[in-house]
Amino acid sequence: MTIKLAKWINKGTPWIWFNAGAVAISIVMVIGLLLLLAVRGLSHFWPHDVMRANYAPPTTSPELQVTQVIGEFVESETIPAIQIASSGIPVDETQESYRRDLLKLGNRDVTGADFIWVLNDFVSDIEYPANLITLERREWGNFYGFITEVRENGNAVASSNPEQPGDDTAWNAFNVRLQRALSIYDQIFEIENDEIGQINYQMERLRLRERRLEIDGENTPEAIAAINADRAELDEQYEGFQLQLVELYESVNRDTAVFQAANEAQLEIDLADVVLAYRPNQMGFFAKIGAYGHKLGEFLTDEPREANTEGGIFPAIFGTVMMVMLMSVFVTPFGVVAAVYLREYAKQGIITRTIRIAVNNLAGVPSIVYGVFGLGFFIYILGGEIDQLFYPEALPAPTFGTPGLLWASLTLALLTVPVVIVATEEGLARIPRSVREGSLALGATKFETLWRVVLPMASPAMMTGLILAVARAAGEVAPLMLVGVVKLAPSLPLDGNYPYLHLEQKFMHLGFHIYDVGFQSPNIEAARPLVFATALLLVIVIAILNLTAVALRNHLREKYKALDV
Amino acid sequence: MNTKENLEETGTMRKVDVSAVLNEDSVTDDQLETCIDVSGLNLYYAKDKQALIDINLTIPRQRVTAFIGPSGCGKSSLLRCFNRMNDLVDDCVIEGNIVLDGENIYERAIDVADLRRRVGMVFQKPNPFPKSVYENVAYGLRIQGINNKRVLDEVVEESLKAAALWDEVKDRLHDSALGMSGGQQQRLVIARTIAVEPEVLLLDEPASALDPISTLKIEELINELKQTYTIIIVTHNMQQAARVSNYTAFMYMGNMVEFDTTDNIFTNPKEKQTEDYITGRYG
Repeated sequence: MTIKLAKWINKGTPWIWFNAGAVAISIVMVIGLLLLLAVRGLSHFWPHDVMRANYAPPTTSPELQVTQVIGEFVESETIPAIQIASSGIPVDETQESYRRDLLKLGNRDVTGADFIWVLNDFVSDIEYPANLITLERREWGNFYGFITEVRENGNAVASSNPEQPGDDTAWNAFNVRLQRALSIYDQIFEIENDEIGQINYQMERLRLRERRLEIDGENTPEAIAAINADRAELDEQYEGFQLQLVELYESVNRDTAVFQAANEAQLEIDLADVVLAYRPNQMGFFAKIGAYGHKLGEFLTDEPREANTEGGIFPAIFGTVMMVMLMSVFVTPFGVVAAVYLREYAKQGIITRTIRIAVNNLAGVPSIVYGVFGLGFFIYILGGEIDQLFYPEALPAPTFGTPGLLWASLTLALLTVPVVIVATEEGLARIPRSVREGSLALGATKFETLWRVVLPMASPAMMTGLILAVARAAGEVAPLMLVGVVKLAPSLPLDGNYPYLHLEQKFMHLGFHIYDVGFQSPNIEAARPLVFATALLLVIVIAILNLTAVALRNHLREKYKALDV
Repeated sequence: MNTKENLEETGTMRKVDVSAVLNEDSVTDDQLETCIDVSGLNLYYAKDKQALIDINLTIPRQRVTAFIGPSGCGKSSLLRCFNRMNDLVDDCVIEGNIVLDGENIYERAIDVADLRRRVGMVFQKPNPFPKSVYENVAYGLRIQGINNKRVLDEVVEESLKAAALWDEVKDRLHDSALGMSGGQQQRLVIARTIAVEPEVLLLDEPASALDPISTLKIEELINELKQTYTIIIVTHNMQQAARVSNYTAFMYMGNMVEFDTTDNIFTNPKEKQTEDYITGRYG
């Protein structure tokens, strides 16, 4: 028996099982993580049914207080009775535990808090009225309630009885008018952001030009007059847009609707404030999928609202991708050149070895240290110097002497350059000597050999380095908080205003967005699903960036397949 | 094709070749011109590791000279001196003179890249670049800054024809060279080398990694090429040396033991060591 066991061990079977087990555990953990993110994050966008119920929690006072609750069920948990009792609710302490449910009540403007924990035992009369409406609003979060009346300039044009399920008069009128309001709102948004934004940008440039002339002592009356003429023209355009805006605002504010919330509370809501309206309790499965897609699309392409707890995260996606791409542009040539010098030109000796060790160790320096370095060196020293030399007109307001996209990309490039150097060096070392000699024997110089044969053959290794760099950089948050990421950026770093790419601008980032929404948000319950959704999105963005690089590398590998002889 | 037949075919080829070589030698020996003159050459890979000891040698123009000898005798090291490939080896020290066309190639003023263009080299293992067949052959010209398509097309075709490869690859000039067989790759490397019109061709065991048929083709090619080029070949295979070369040098432990016409070396060696080696008595 013992001999058999020894033989079994010597054959390596347990070793194989051990290895396979380790792989299986890793895979399960990764899949579990993704599943958790997906389930918790993506379910947020599902148009959940809205319930109406009576809630009568036990009180110390003799009268029973019944309140009506209208809202979405979020989650439930079981807690010990003692804990409830100690919080002042006189429950039966002989019962070991109670189930309590978290309800999303919305209606923050009516009830003050938009989430509530209710004890399941004291909830009664649960029903799902078909004509309950969910409104997504630009302010105050979701609203749940019944529509009673639609008004135009304060005069009722349609009304419905909320207790009569089939009565859709007001709802239909509301939807027609909502479409109109949304399209007007789009126009307003376009004018405010694009047209007026552009005018403001040009005004700012004019101001800087004037200031520049002043500093250079070239502020001749003609030049000033030209600037003033330009300014007058811009002012005139601005006035025009302003008039349009006033008109549009009047037009969009024409319609309101009256809603009845829980406990018969009446509320008049401007249609201009509504983003989306639907009646989840009477939607079929496919209608819900449609609404789900719509909400998900809005999440991916819209700008955030309500301190980032509502709306989309497009600026954060854009900022992340933009920063990673800029970082790649900086890090690849830099790392490759350094690796080529170290491997091909530098004399291999104690100094080269020391440098190599130092480079490897740089990869292990905590990223926040790079952030501090970026702030101290790039922003204060380099950026400050650039401002003095090239943007004196804007001082004391800094242009490059403040955190921004350029410095964030450079800091991350510095953070990831060791990875690229190491990978490229390994790639260069793998190029067969025979191929180099073949090139040299044809009369090529060392540089020509490098440029025409060795570097192309080593390009897959460079891509490997870049893939690792992207994976690290895209997930990095700590240094970015010091060198360029903000909670809410007023505009994208890439737009239609010359010079199109604004390297000095601050930007939003998915990683920081997660931190901000999750830990800095005033409304934690509302923000939590967004944390999961954003985290999932960050993983997906990094995966896409990586897969692109991997595809490119495979293409290069195929092209410069190494010699197997 | 039947292997036995091949061997027989190779056998007859051998006889014809050798006799042709001998005839040629007997006619033109007196008019030989010196191509490379080696005098007092010492090569050290490290202070106490001398690979070549006082080599003196005169290599005739437009003949095939073979270096034979056991492994580690220094024949490849000597060959790599002619195009200064040993420069790439760290701590390699070379003393003495190698004069090519009246010019010492170890002078300071020599442009090494230009020297290597004039002295082409083919290595033991085929080493095509991971580029197309066309780009492999055009590589040397592009290095020289020649990018005219018409010139390149012409040179590529001529070189591939000279390397007896044109018929096999003319329809796939733009496919990767790495997809070719070993023998084709080696002929491609030869084509690539002669595309830059060198004066001397250094062949470092060019057929040792190839099968008998490919070897035969390479040997036929050497016979063709010696009309135009001075060829120096290092080989482990004594029959090959006998088949393709006009002159043979036998080296042993870094020393040039004997250098004479191939005929003399194989039929009437002066040194005992040479005789032992070529008769297989060498231990």
